[in-house]
Amino acid sequence: MIQGSRSRLRGLGYVVSVLLVLGLWQFLSSRAIIPLLFPSPLSTLHVGLELARKGQLQADLWASLRRIVAGFALGSAVGVVLGLLMGAYRPVRLLLEPYLHFLRFLPALAWIPAVMLWLGTGEGAKIVLLAYTTVFIVALNTMVGVSRVPRNQVRAARSFGARRSQVFFLVTVPATVGYALTGMRLAMGNCFMTVVAAELVASDSGLGYLIFSSRQWMQTELAFVGIFLLGFLGLIADHAFRTTSTRLLWRYEGASRSRTAL
Amino acid sequence: MAYITFRGIDFRYGPKGPLTIRGLDLELRRGEFFMLVGPSGCGKTTVLNILAGFEAPTAGELLVEGHAVTGPQRDRIVIFQEPDSLYPWLTTLENVEFPLRVLGVSRSERRARVGEALRLVGLRGHEAKHPGQLSGGMKQRVQIARALVLDAPILLMDEPFGALDAQTRIILQDELAQIAARTQQTILFITHDIHEAIFLADRIGVMTAGPESTLKKIVEIELPRPRTRGSAAFGELYEHVHQILSEEVRRVLRREDSLL
Repeated sequence: MIQGSRSRLRGLGYVVSVLLVLGLWQFLSSRAIIPLLFPSPLSTLHVGLELARKGQLQADLWASLRRIVAGFALGSAVGVVLGLLMGAYRPVRLLLEPYLHFLRFLPALAWIPAVMLWLGTGEGAKIVLLAYTTVFIVALNTMVGVSRVPRNQVRAARSFGARRSQVFFLVTVPATVGYALTGMRLAMGNCFMTVVAAELVASDSGLGYLIFSSRQWMQTELAFVGIFLLGFLGLIADHAFRTTSTRLLWRYEGASRSRTAL
Repeated sequence: MAYITFRGIDFRYGPKGPLTIRGLDLELRRGEFFMLVGPSGCGKTTVLNILAGFEAPTAGELLVEGHAVTGPQRDRIVIFQEPDSLYPWLTTLENVEFPLRVLGVSRSERRARVGEALRLVGLRGHEAKHPGQLSGGMKQRVQIARALVLDAPILLMDEPFGALDAQTRIILQDELAQIAARTQQTILFITHDIHEAIFLADRIGVMTAGPESTLKKIVEIELPRPRTRGSAAFGELYEHVHQILSEEVRRVLRREDSLL
């Protein structure tokens, strides 16, 4: 009962907060000298619905989403494997760690021109950039996870006669899942940043392109439509990621108490 | 012939660390319950870890049935003080089954042996729970069941009941005494608790204060089993062991005082 009314109260709080900000926005935009530069929420909504009727909004949304999912999945897969190997095998770590620490400070944005030169302006280039922005943070978190596997879990397995490969697959991998998931959640945010940048520079579809093209047609509303959709997409993606990972992987997540490496 | 032989064991951490154990000689008989007691920091756990194969001695010889110990092996199963050796992503059943999976035992045989081990430690009905859902005492039961499932001839118990409340500890001691009588395993058990030592042990080894600690004295416990706590003979043995041990503890305290 108390819990229910508490979460209802929280929901009410969110609604009130959103309404307040929208109201303030509407008020301020009505006072704006040039409405073109500062469109109201109502006109933004209007333009958004117009775009949706033509089907362009869905197409842009889908284009961005597809790129994010592909790049994120590829980067996560590579990152988890790299992180596990670097964490578990010293030679691999010594070989790769300098690059990991060098590259993780280089944002994907810095690579856009080079990647476009190498791979052109197609989907491949964007997916590579998104995978790039995902891979280091996932690898680093996974690697830290491996180093935090409780020593007694490994010792117990060895006293049961487990071979090195058995220790790796039966203990190290499951014990590290929580860390890898945290890394992936952080990487998801990077993906949203990178997808906009990549679409701004070279694309004719996607929410980044939508935002950028608003300048060309002097339609500021378009930029706001894009910004809103991106924000919502991010919220939904994060929520979906959290719910599916707690539902499917809760037994692994509980395995490590503090999972953040960064 | 002794079943397990420590001969002239020295141990230091790293190549330049201080010598923590010096010239340890100890022989364990097959099937006996051997308790190791000693002041804090005297290296009891190190002795256990050396026998487990987790640490290699700096000098000396360690033999099990005449064969030198070179690393961990499934004839010597460890029960750790902290339950953090259980796998939190596995259920009770899967944790106990884990050693058999490593060994490659078929599923049907696994289930039968796990059922038997769980029954022995009174965990029937908790199969589907994860370690996070179990109390401290139940987690240690899972560790014991997981050790029993392999039928290893040697059990190494590193203060397994040290973190439990007094009531739970006594219950688990009673259960362990019954299990040990049934399985006839050779058990090396480390404790701080003299009561626990006398209740369970065939022999108690008292270690000297560290560093450079070694075995000071061995006390035979010839009380008939099943034992009761609080008999007159129990009290006398308690006084006897307490005296030997407290000399060493006082040495540690004196040294700490002189450092102040």
